[in-house]
Amino acid sequence: MLDLSKYSSIGEAVRDALETWPREVCLYESDRGEEKQRITYREFKGRALLLAKWLQDSGFRAGDRASIIMTNQSKWLISAYAIFFCGGTLVPLDYKLKPEEQWTLLKHSGASVLVTEYPIWRQLSGSAGRAPAGSVKTVLVTEAPVGADLAGAMAWESAKATGLPIFVPRKRDDLACIVYSSGTGGTPKGCMMTHGNYLEQCVALTSLYPFWPGVKYLSILPTNHAIDFMVGFFGPFTCGAAVVHLRTLRPEYVREAFTKYQITHVSLVPLVLKNLQKGLQARFDELPAEKRRLFERLRSVNKALTKSRPILPLSRALLKAVHAAFGGKLEAIIVGGAFTEPQTLQFFYDLGIPVANGYGLTEAGTAVTVNDLRPFRADTVGKPLPGMEVRIVNPDADGIGQVSVRSKTVMAGYLNEPELTAQTIVDGWLMTGDMGRFDATGHLQLFGRKKNMIVTEEGKNVYAEDVEQAFDGLPVKESCVFAANYVWPSRSMVGEQLILVIHLEHGQSFTEDLRKDVAARNSRLINYKRIHGVVVYDEDFPLTASLKIIRVALAERLGKLNREQLIQPV
Amino acid sequence: MINLKAMRTLEQTTKEILELATKHFKAAPGSLQSGDDFYKKLGIDSLQALELLSRLENHFHIELPDYEVQGVSDFKTLAERVQARL
Repeated sequence: MLDLSKYSSIGEAVRDALETWPREVCLYESDRGEEKQRITYREFKGRALLLAKWLQDSGFRAGDRASIIMTNQSKWLISAYAIFFCGGTLVPLDYKLKPEEQWTLLKHSGASVLVTEYPIWRQLSGSAGRAPAGSVKTVLVTEAPVGADLAGAMAWESAKATGLPIFVPRKRDDLACIVYSSGTGGTPKGCMMTHGNYLEQCVALTSLYPFWPGVKYLSILPTNHAIDFMVGFFGPFTCGAAVVHLRTLRPEYVREAFTKYQITHVSLVPLVLKNLQKGLQARFDELPAEKRRLFERLRSVNKALTKSRPILPLSRALLKAVHAAFGGKLEAIIVGGAFTEPQTLQFFYDLGIPVANGYGLTEAGTAVTVNDLRPFRADTVGKPLPGMEVRIVNPDADGIGQVSVRSKTVMAGYLNEPELTAQTIVDGWLMTGDMGRFDATGHLQLFGRKKNMIVTEEGKNVYAEDVEQAFDGLPVKESCVFAANYVWPSRSMVGEQLILVIHLEHGQSFTEDLRKDVAARNSRLINYKRIHGVVVYDEDFPLTASLKIIRVALAERLGKLNREQLIQPV
Repeated sequence: MINLKAMRTLEQTTKEILELATKHFKAAPGSLQSGDDFYKKLGIDSLQALELLSRLENHFHIELPDYEVQGVSDFKTLAERVQARL
């Protein structure tokens, strides 16, 4: 891999990577089982420089911001590199957000350029949110059909200019990306990540999980997410590895990709990992009795022999059929985005498939701790990565307190939110809002959150405040959304739920009509943002002088009441 | 030649989708309605919804790109998207 200590920016490191491995394939792109293209590092460079030159000719300068809203594909990475080449700041946004939410974040980020795909642009350009988002001047649209009305945008494929662009150097402290960890409804939390943040994180991660030419990383998590950006772009590129993109993310095509490309690494959210577990278990259960006994014996042998560390060649030989289903070359599954249940992790490890589970958050530059597999510990999220200082603030009698992090990977702050930044980064320590403790061997264990938010199994961060808008105008005196575990701390990271607390007008009751109104509003929310139940609270909410709800005080009052008796189904 | 596919009405398409979903997710016969939110009604996650899409593609002999069904959570809208591709 490249020696990243030599570089000051993402663009500089990738530029060298493109020169170092010109003949290696860096990208494979497949759709419905059919390979559409494979691109070498040299070809990648050629395509990116055409775009970079066009951007520069159009007046895109160092520090200007450009957003990408795309599904995982080659043009995502090519566009990102072109933006970095010009010294720009990248604003990667989630393509799954609603158009109005995307416009809100585009406006907040101050992006002047947007690169997006035709189907996404169709939604975006017709959305009412477009008009006020004045900062976006240039829109490039990929895969637009010939002759399609691009509503003021231009085709990505025609954004090329002759001549060579000029590489614009950046310093380690300069802004590389603005990554939104949440906040489309409440306060947008735009994490300002520096080039130094990414360079340091990449060194730390690859020291435990190295990549090399020949590695094939299957990119499934959205590339705007900090994990895929690192292990599905920057990490592999600085090691001469390849990334595989699938244009149709259906379980059957994902399964096929493992064998077709002999995938070595993949990142998954817990939901997908659990789904894989379910599928495998069903296949084991269908085995005839004799074969099943043999399989169980082999699994036990594997388990015993890999207790202290993974031995991949041995596991592949013992449990051949299982490994063959994954292509036979799988080195590790990286699981992230949310907490994974220990039994799921153990299930895969016992089959000889190492699962790199860890703990991280965008604000910390993604991973903070990762399991080093020596030995594998399903009950923890691993030890701090090199360069990470992690401490537990105000531990209780059990040693559990708030996890805080100090590292060169910690973000510069939240964009346009100095107060929120000051609350989050205190004396150089990032207060994560997650509760944890270290065990005797230095492994971190997590025990719930201090924050009023949930993280779904799909890795979605949902802040209670962001969901509240959906219940604005509900015919009640006042209402407020909470994460149930924020009100009733449970020391658990699974099965997190949101609840709606309502205070009825004097003499009003929680009628069937009102329940239906709540249910209808709830169903208009995207599925992972929905509330799980309603709490009818018959006292005035504590308010500030400016009539804002004092959430902490209300949560404290509710917390004294019985959770089970209070929550009514929607 | 009569094109049978083109003769399907939105109502028929919806009916067939409801039947397929009922069978695939082993729901009680007749329990699904076109206006239902399939995540909620069937208690399924986003991956299982993708499985349903593949079933629909095979049944109707169409391709439903992922972006077409982004954000769709009720059978009625799903049927409209399918119908548009028949």
